[in-house]
Amino acid sequence: MERHVLIIFPHPDDEAFGVAGTILSYTRAGIPVTYICLTLGEMGRNMGRPLIANRETLPHIRQKELEKACELLGIHDLRQFGLRDKTIEFADQQVIIDRIYKVIEDVKPSLIITFYPGYAVHPDHNATGAAVIQAVHRLPKNNRPVVHAYAFSEGCEAVIGSPDIINDVTPFAEDKLKVLEAHESQTAGMIGGLKKRYRQKDEAAVRRVTEERFWTYPVNDGFSS
Amino acid sequence: MKPIDPLKVQHTLSQLTGKKLYVHLETTNGAYASHYNQQFLSAGAFIRNVQLTFVQGKIKGDGPYRIGLETESGWLYAEGLTDWELNEQKQVLFAGHDKDGKLAVALELSVTPFPK
Repeated sequence: MERHVLIIFPHPDDEAFGVAGTILSYTRAGIPVTYICLTLGEMGRNMGRPLIANRETLPHIRQKELEKACELLGIHDLRQFGLRDKTIEFADQQVIIDRIYKVIEDVKPSLIITFYPGYAVHPDHNATGAAVIQAVHRLPKNNRPVVHAYAFSEGCEAVIGSPDIINDVTPFAEDKLKVLEAHESQTAGMIGGLKKRYRQKDEAAVRRVTEERFWTYPVNDGFSS
Repeated sequence: MKPIDPLKVQHTLSQLTGKKLYVHLETTNGAYASHYNQQFLSAGAFIRNVQLTFVQGKIKGDGPYRIGLETESGWLYAEGLTDWELNEQKQVLFAGHDKDGKLAVALELSVTPFPK
């Protein structure tokens, strides 16, 4: 049983797609979850259907969506880092690593969930995952939390193998769909189709909603203090 | 935002001529373009809060529209613009949305800086 789970993602809605059911499985069991969200997804291309946002209003709208999603997920500790979408890899990495490390020291998580660096497609995803691993490496080997990393780049399994953590989140499927729906500006174009295919028991849709896959990151391998 | 009315836009551009402006200019295919199609070259550019004063500004095309701004020492240009808005902060926002409503290009002008 986990003591405290720390979720670290760069964009509001990163916690929704492949992770929401897992988060719900912890919060429903009474395990506290802290969520560090690095940006407000200011540079998102989706503006809602019909358009509900523009480049300047999008961060405000996504902030409200993020708060609503956290409420649905049972996350009571949301830490927003205020970085800008698409700039994480260009920002001062030490500053980001320091800030993540301070939160790790503060909440002392038994488990961290983040993106698998190098295998998570979006440069912000990869930079976030890399900063998290660097922060974890600052802890002595015997005191590091477990890291479950989320990867989805094309062909990633040929390099990093199959995911060793496969969570069946069927009991939380309906709530997960609500979390996706909460990110309305980003999901309005796809949520209807996903729900329909899920209810028709389309195999790919069912798997997308009910199965969440992670790789335990080898935090004690390679260079570290 | 609402669909671009080129006459109103031209009027607004004329009013901004010679003023010290802050500019946001962006084009994007989205961070997932090359993920969904490995053959696709994902390209984009983004600049925010660069200061600029233009000596003449024009909107051209039948929609989607093009806007070109000539400065003392150079040019700014954006194409694919479909929608616009003059908001309460007196920022002039232009965007190009594709058939799915996704933003492909943005050009924004303001006399005060945009939030970083």
